[in-house]
Amino acid sequence: MKRSLEAMTMAVLFAALTACGGGGEEADTGGEVATDEEVGPAVSPDSAATVTGVVNFTGAAPAGEPIDMSEEPTCAEKHAEGPTRQTVVTGDGTLANVFVYVKDGLGSRTFPTSSEPVEIDQDGCEYHPRVLAIQANQPLVIKNSDGILHNINTQPTVNQGFNVSQPVSMETTKSFTSPEVMIPVKCDVHGWMEAFIGVQSHPYMAVTATDGSFRLENLPPGTYTIEAWHERYGTQTQTVTVGPQESGEVTFEYSADMAGRPVPMAEPIDLHDHGSEQPVAHAGR
Amino acid sequence: MTFVRAALATAGVLLATGFVRSPAPLPAQEAPAGKATYDRWCAGCHGADGAGGGPGAGTMLPRPRDFTTGRYQIRSTPSGALPTDADILAVILDGMPGTAMPGWRDRFSDGELRDLVAYLKTFSPFFESQPAPETLPIASAPSASEEALGEGRDFYEKIECNKCHGPTGRGNGPSAPTLEDDDDLPVRAADLTENWLFNGGGSVEEIHERLVTGLNGTPMPSFHDLIASEFMTEDQLWNVAHYVRSLAPEEPPRVSEVVRGARVEGELPASVDDEAWEVAERFYVPLVGQVVVEPRWFTPSVDGVWIQALHNGREVALRIVWHDPSRSPDPEWEEWRAKVVAIAEAGGETSDPAAAVSDTSGAAPDTTAPAAVTVAAHPPDALVVQFPRTIPDGMERPFFLMGDDREPVYLWRWENGRDGVEELLARGLARYEPLPGAEAGAVAAEVAYDDGEWRLMLRRPLDAGGVEGRLSFEAGRAIPFAVFAWDGSNGETDTRGSIGSWYFLYLDQPTASTVYVAPILATLLTAALGVVVVVRAQRRARNGAGR
Repeated sequence: MKRSLEAMTMAVLFAALTACGGGGEEADTGGEVATDEEVGPAVSPDSAATVTGVVNFTGAAPAGEPIDMSEEPTCAEKHAEGPTRQTVVTGDGTLANVFVYVKDGLGSRTFPTSSEPVEIDQDGCEYHPRVLAIQANQPLVIKNSDGILHNINTQPTVNQGFNVSQPVSMETTKSFTSPEVMIPVKCDVHGWMEAFIGVQSHPYMAVTATDGSFRLENLPPGTYTIEAWHERYGTQTQTVTVGPQESGEVTFEYSADMAGRPVPMAEPIDLHDHGSEQPVAHAGR
Repeated sequence: MTFVRAALATAGVLLATGFVRSPAPLPAQEAPAGKATYDRWCAGCHGADGAGGGPGAGTMLPRPRDFTTGRYQIRSTPSGALPTDADILAVILDGMPGTAMPGWRDRFSDGELRDLVAYLKTFSPFFESQPAPETLPIASAPSASEEALGEGRDFYEKIECNKCHGPTGRGNGPSAPTLEDDDDLPVRAADLTENWLFNGGGSVEEIHERLVTGLNGTPMPSFHDLIASEFMTEDQLWNVAHYVRSLAPEEPPRVSEVVRGARVEGELPASVDDEAWEVAERFYVPLVGQVVVEPRWFTPSVDGVWIQALHNGREVALRIVWHDPSRSPDPEWEEWRAKVVAIAEAGGETSDPAAAVSDTSGAAPDTTAPAAVTVAAHPPDALVVQFPRTIPDGMERPFFLMGDDREPVYLWRWENGRDGVEELLARGLARYEPLPGAEAGAVAAEVAYDDGEWRLMLRRPLDAGGVEGRLSFEAGRAIPFAVFAWDGSNGETDTRGSIGSWYFLYLDQPTASTVYVAPILATLLTAALGVVVVVRAQRRARNGAGR
């Protein structure tokens, strides 16, 4: 599955590049990387809109699969109740670890890249957070709080990945150059470790907390396709229209019986897509 | 046969890893020129579309490179970066030892190679979109003093190379059974004691480059950041490379067709780790995957065994040593075995290998789903030593794959967990039958396993004791033998395993007494003649002076 998806991604990219015939370098990177000249109009405070929402969940969340951490006592003792692999984290009828982002509707606008680092920590032989959102070229600080060997093996399709070693408590700073949903991260020393990184060129993205809520602030007024991505239950989209200073609301509904649906990894990104229509899987409210 | 050819080709190419990388990138050429070469020589495995799914790819592990991803293992550039043209060229010329990728040195002209490199790059958009890759600057190597090796050893543990490669580098670390490449296919931690099989070359400089750059697409990370973060110095990373190099022999083992068994006086070694074995000469016998008879085996685990032989005129003893990261049946390796078997079963029928194993990359696999393929229980490790039933007079030997109906072979078969060794006849690969009249325990066996290494001692009287079909060993004659090995945790059993071709065992004859007497006689005679000559000369001189 993954291979053919990758092949397709590449075919799309390759076709786009060929058709491009010497088109701009910026287009080739796939990301609308903000440079000084290119930064679009700042969203003025009197027009900024907000989209808030919640990801609901019905049904029984699967129990975590036990992890055998006996090889790593340092990590094992950080899990008082025994370590488990938690692909589904729920609150009271809500779903956590959902990556929510503006998939479409921003047009050709570009946005400055935040220089605020985003942190991912390796603690108890788990990644914290498990799902994270980051802008292209925003610094990603990778921490090792365990003080034992981890390798951080990112496996993007659109971006160039990296696989670096952290044998002690230390920090490494890396970044990605292009939007990609999602980049799997693994540690080969501890096969159970997994994280997913969502990269966008713009800042309008979030990862839901246990209460399932998310908030995308400071949006230009417009109509947006919002996509939600979950590692086990796949993606959903909603459209929402917000006027100046308005607040729109979207709700995503996930349920336990959605398990087994294909989960897109490293979505093909059309380099020439500057806001065209996207098929909407689930109609907006 | 591809694998055998590849294995043979790579074995040869390994010895010449002195390829000098040209510093300047090669000038880009028209892709179509490279396409012709690619389609003819490369597409069979790598696919016409460069995605690594050619007709030959289905049974290979590791898979042929998928050029569309831009991920290349062997590079001089940072982790995750693209390779330079020279990096790509080096892999084409040297191949990837231990995989199906042969070296292509002398096959293509310089122009063809340049075109081919340019064409490979067109498969990935990254070569267009990313900045030109740059070779990481590397300071020259400090010398490999005792001290440096000691420090390298310390850092081998500090940066936890042992986690995957094992305490002494035999590829048997605790994480080894769970390793997967970027396509979620099982991948081995290299056995660091076999540097002649290292992808990217086995010299200390090449090992160091792998440490610095990592192997993209595999679990092997880059350790370069550890220098920037002042966890270790450049020299200390070099010392790790020196230490890793020191785990392998100075020279790759030379394959000799004849294994000599020295004659010892008195008793043969009593145990597999007897001191007597330390001084006995060792011979290396390479093994390859069995790809002659269906079902074939393209991903063998055991790539060679070391053999020693001794005899005392009454008995012969063989000691066979080989590396195997698992002591099968080994529960730690059960998942690995299931994955390898599933891929083998699906091999050739699908160009999507990851479909054969459960996809753990994205969606959490439905744990209640049945396994893709139901396979027999975890088989044990096993080894067979094969002989003809009688020593042939000429070069005529039974068919090397355990004989045939016309000419059966005589076997010693050892299996982990079973006492002793069976004496068998076979009329074809794994077509075993009991040796009629053989008494249990006729071949004594002792085995030891630790830290990823099997050591097996086999002992039997030279004389067949009148049993029909049982070989009688004779000193002073070339006795054909062959070795087969199975790693149960790699899903190996029956025709799926490692095979070797015929070699000869030569048991030294007792030295005839004349051998000792002749030199002494010669010495005495020479001395006597010398005395005569000197005496005569002196006499002549005296006579002359008197005249």
